[in-house]
Amino acid sequence: MTTDTEQYNIHEEPFYQAQDEEIELYEAAYAARLPVMVKGPTGCGKSRFVEYMAWKLGKPLITVACNEDMTASDLVGRYLLDANGTRWLDGPLTTAARIGAICYLDEIVEARQDTTVVIHPLTDHRRTLPLDKKGELVAAHPDFQLVISYNPGYQTLMKDLKQSTKQRFAAFEFDYPSAAVETDIVSKETGIDTELAAKLVQIGATARNLKGHGLDEGISTRLLTYAATLIKGGIDARSACRMALVRPITDDVDIRDTLDHAIDATFG
Amino acid sequence: MDELLRAMDVKVYWQRLNCNFAQADKIFDNCMVEAKALLSQQGVVSYIENASFLGKMGRGPEPLLVYLEEAPLVASLVDEEAVLDDLREFAHYMSTHTNFKAMVPFLQSSAAVARRLRSYELFKRYIEIVREMMDQTSVSVLGHHTTFPSPGLQDLLKQSPILLRELSLEGYKNWVDYGVKYYSTHPGRQVDYFSLQSPDSHAVMQRERHGTLLIDNERKLDAYLRGLWQDGDYLVPYSLIFDELRKPMPYYDDYGIRLPDVYDDDRGVSGINRYRATLAHMAAHRRWSQKMVVDNWSPFQRLSVETFEDSRVEYLAIQRFPGLKKIFLALHPIPDEKALELENTSLINLRLAMVSRAILDPDYQYENEDVREFVGRFFAEMERDGSKSEDMAMIALSFIGRTRRQTDALPDTYFDNTEVDYRDDNRHLWIYIEQGDDEETTFEHLDKRQNEDEVDGLPPRHYHEWDYNAQHYRPDWVSVYEALQPRGNAAVIDNLLAKNSATAKRLKAILDMLKPQDRVRVRYQEEGSELDLDVAIRSLIDFKGGAAPDPRVNMSHKTDGRNVAVSLVLDLSQSLSEKAAGCNQTILELSQEAVSLLAWTIDQVGDKFAISGFNSNTRHDVRFYHIKGYAEEWGEDVKSRLASIEPSYSTRMGGAMRHAAHYLKGQKADKKLMLILTDGEPADIDVDDEQLLIQDARQAVKELDQDGVYSYCINLDPKADEYVADIFGSQYTIIDHVDRLPEKLPEVFISLTK
Repeated sequence: MTTDTEQYNIHEEPFYQAQDEEIELYEAAYAARLPVMVKGPTGCGKSRFVEYMAWKLGKPLITVACNEDMTASDLVGRYLLDANGTRWLDGPLTTAARIGAICYLDEIVEARQDTTVVIHPLTDHRRTLPLDKKGELVAAHPDFQLVISYNPGYQTLMKDLKQSTKQRFAAFEFDYPSAAVETDIVSKETGIDTELAAKLVQIGATARNLKGHGLDEGISTRLLTYAATLIKGGIDARSACRMALVRPITDDVDIRDTLDHAIDATFG
Repeated sequence: MDELLRAMDVKVYWQRLNCNFAQADKIFDNCMVEAKALLSQQGVVSYIENASFLGKMGRGPEPLLVYLEEAPLVASLVDEEAVLDDLREFAHYMSTHTNFKAMVPFLQSSAAVARRLRSYELFKRYIEIVREMMDQTSVSVLGHHTTFPSPGLQDLLKQSPILLRELSLEGYKNWVDYGVKYYSTHPGRQVDYFSLQSPDSHAVMQRERHGTLLIDNERKLDAYLRGLWQDGDYLVPYSLIFDELRKPMPYYDDYGIRLPDVYDDDRGVSGINRYRATLAHMAAHRRWSQKMVVDNWSPFQRLSVETFEDSRVEYLAIQRFPGLKKIFLALHPIPDEKALELENTSLINLRLAMVSRAILDPDYQYENEDVREFVGRFFAEMERDGSKSEDMAMIALSFIGRTRRQTDALPDTYFDNTEVDYRDDNRHLWIYIEQGDDEETTFEHLDKRQNEDEVDGLPPRHYHEWDYNAQHYRPDWVSVYEALQPRGNAAVIDNLLAKNSATAKRLKAILDMLKPQDRVRVRYQEEGSELDLDVAIRSLIDFKGGAAPDPRVNMSHKTDGRNVAVSLVLDLSQSLSEKAAGCNQTILELSQEAVSLLAWTIDQVGDKFAISGFNSNTRHDVRFYHIKGYAEEWGEDVKSRLASIEPSYSTRMGGAMRHAAHYLKGQKADKKLMLILTDGEPADIDVDDEQLLIQDARQAVKELDQDGVYSYCINLDPKADEYVADIFGSQYTIIDHVDRLPEKLPEVFISLTK
């Protein structure tokens, strides 16, 4: 059975605005095939960054969104039944290791700990993946690289990576970009003018100030681009902001009122 | 001729008044002028008749004089001449019902009250409320054959104008009813209440107020300050009611931001937005203003610097949040330029207010050249980057230099439409180099701080209490003091446990079944996380054999964890030290035994668990002892605290339950359970009505229920049937044989959480 690697290739350049020297650092890590961990709050551009790097390096990218129901066989592969009996199907991690893709495990902390340990043999000098049930040992393709991401903001005692997992990765810490860069991102991504983008970013900053004081997480860059897209589509700026920026992030009446007021205050 | 006629006219009325008081003679002419201006012909006639009646009542000249002075105004304000009769009629009622001393305050305050109510219906209702209050508080003592006048009535009447300014008539009635209800038998406290001296008088008034209360919106405003201004400070309310003359203004200093305790909606701006405007103005100062040395400036110069600096920070704030402009514009008064022509009046406030308005409002119409020029200079200055407070001060000083008038020093100052009420008093702007003789006060203030630091223990927490008679909460009624239970000898508890080791063994068997089995396999799933090989092969065989295979060949896992937090609350009242019926142990010893066995049980299961005890000595002193915290291990410390519990005082259950719930609510758990172990009904020595605390406890159970806390009572009182169902509904167990408590209590827990 052959895998269609073409489907994992990224053909168009994703828009990515570098915040720092992260592109050079990633290239260096990839050259050494070091596993990489990307940390940062939700919607700050982690996934976009990985996508951009896959495009820049010209490698296929296989993304897995992790969740707590995910088991090891969801990553590695499993037997399926068909008319002639049972048939083995590779999981995304196995596929990536075979074809030499970048395997991106998004929000890895969401997966159960017994699931995350299956990546261990791939992330040290062995670079192999044992398939117990099939009795096969897959040696990783030379181009294969593992990238994981997680959001330290959600971290609780229960949901944290084990030290033995953490210490297999080189890490990038992302945060929301500075106001100027974020304005640039919002306006380039959606095509609204920079003045409006700056106002959206200002509202975003208001919410980020409230983190830990009623909000678990500030308004992400992603939500700002949603609002900008709505405005671009002809929606009134205030309604767009309420819909895209405020309603998604809070059910707390006091916080909602404050943010609504911030929108009114910002748009005059 | 005209004058003669009027005099004739008045003379006729004077005769009709038929009164010999010399004081009345003096004021009569003036009163008639007012009466004729405000009342119709018919009105004047009934005015005189009623006055005449009051003059002949034999209560001295005062009531008559006050009536003559106030009545026309009242009648004109509530738009009805019938009120003239009502005033007289009610004053008469007071007089004949032993409260004649209250006549004067009643008549005196009637105009101020009428100004608030503005309608005849409301005014009549007001009289009814006062009449009710008077009837209920005038006490006749059996055998004395006299009735004593209402102690609080005069004070109530004096406070009525203030109260009605802050409360609706409905709120006023509630406030009065509260006072009547709780203080009708206690003259001294009644006076305190109705003269607005006592704390709960203030508290009830606060509760009934209209408008947007700071206390209800503190969190919102805190978020506003933090979110929009990256600033944060204590928000301290001050009251506007009790300080008529000085009119406190918002300000901030090292101890926090002071704001009025309530803002009504005003000029189309909601109360909450008025708070935001005030905070925005102060936050802008905190961000952009620099302190200035002020010793050499005259008061006028300071006033001018303040105005320009206020305008500057608002300008910057509006640059950042353009939406603020709408609110500022609505709240900023529009000064009337025509008043600049007034003579013999100091107009400095007006000129500055015009500058301020003109800067804020591009559509403001005015002629004054000086104002125009300085507004221009202001904007020229603001165009440059990085404006400073000092630059504004330069402009402000030259404004004063240019526009100073001789009249500015006159005592008559023009204030109309010049006060900007959302601005603070700018005390933060000034630095005084010459401090004056402040040294002494500096040290006093240090001393005070040190004393405060020495205060030991936690401050009390106040909880409201439900009054079933009135169907409302008494605000902040119960004071709960919490403390850690002192330690005793832990070996006592170990011995008790050893004694019950047989029971423990039996419990252990049940507990093993209760223990969470973290991962549970769910088989026969069409879709699951893993293939269930046994089932799959069976299906495959079916398939190969030509039968329809079972498609449910997958399995998945789910976690089956317990997530329960338990708070055990012990009643430590005096009755615990009695011997239990039918055995030679005290109830206390049995409770200790039961609690330690229960604690051991819960520890085995692994649930989060706290133990606390309470007793009370009146509402002012409810003691709450922490014996075990949620995070604490069931170990020596806890055992030693449990060993040292001592019974005393009474059982005020509601306050203790609310306090325990305060901690339980903070726990993260799916199920929250509060077990209350008590040996009698809720009671306290300052409560005569035995239903009151029972009803309060019932209300507390309801509150807990709403907060997701399941309360359950284990009652050791054989007669508990009479009340326990009233409080806990069906959530209780009565243990008749107290000696079996140690084994019963863990069983109750297990059956509750199975």
